[in-house]
Amino acid sequence: MKAHLTRRYIFSASHRLHSDELTDEQNLAVYGKCNNPHGHGHNYALEVTISGQVNPATGMVCNLSNLDETVHDEILNRFDHVNLNLCAEFNAGVPTTENLSALIFDILKRTFNSAHLEKVRIEETAMNSFEYSGT
Amino acid sequence: MVYLTRKCEFSASHYYHNPEFTEEENRRVFGKCANLNGHGHNYTLEVTVKGEVDRKTGFVVDLKELKDILNREVVDALDHRHLNKEVPEFANQVPTTENLAIAIWYRLQSHLRRAKLHRVRVYELPDLFVDFYGEA
Repeated sequence: MKAHLTRRYIFSASHRLHSDELTDEQNLAVYGKCNNPHGHGHNYALEVTISGQVNPATGMVCNLSNLDETVHDEILNRFDHVNLNLCAEFNAGVPTTENLSALIFDILKRTFNSAHLEKVRIEETAMNSFEYSGT
Repeated sequence: MVYLTRKCEFSASHYYHNPEFTEEENRRVFGKCANLNGHGHNYTLEVTVKGEVDRKTGFVVDLKELKDILNREVVDALDHRHLNKEVPEFANQVPTTENLAIAIWYRLQSHLRRAKLHRVRVYELPDLFVDFYGEA
């Protein structure tokens, strides 16, 4: 039997949405308040969904502690309480939650091998969320 | 096609233990969940059914009927129970959230008439849930 398991994690980070390819005026027009030069922050809620056959001996798709460990080491340690704009990963891109979702998916795809990575979902606020499944 | 989701809650106790594992393996694989004195959760169940909207009633499913099925097949059977000791599906398998979602799917599936079961989602904690779509 194939089941999907989703685990939710919280991290807090600051960012500023600003593209070097746009003029200051265009940045303000596109990003509005998110273009504030001093940045702002969010409590991000990250949901990671994995899937696979339920192991008959354990009743589990994978050991949850493996997933927790990878997410703590690879994602929370990297992005919790930091300024996303200053992270090397965003040297060449705007730290929108679209880009953050894709980045986190790609990092987990590379580092988590205990089950199939289905989807990453990020709530930037209670009002908006983003999903990326690798395509 | 319209999808309808109904939510309900139940509270139950369980422990994780495979008699084919040594005690050391049980502790290593299941951690704190292997404590044979058990522990419990407030589970939240979301059941999603799908179907065409009936032109006469405007319903995908008779919600009262769905509520009755959920109460009879799931809540009455699992609420304030010990999953390992009182629920037949777990006499010989570990009552993980994965297996619980699968067991609930099969408890509900045969009772639905018009609408088809689409997804069973079981929250063990607000930050941990399992989805089962009936996939082999």
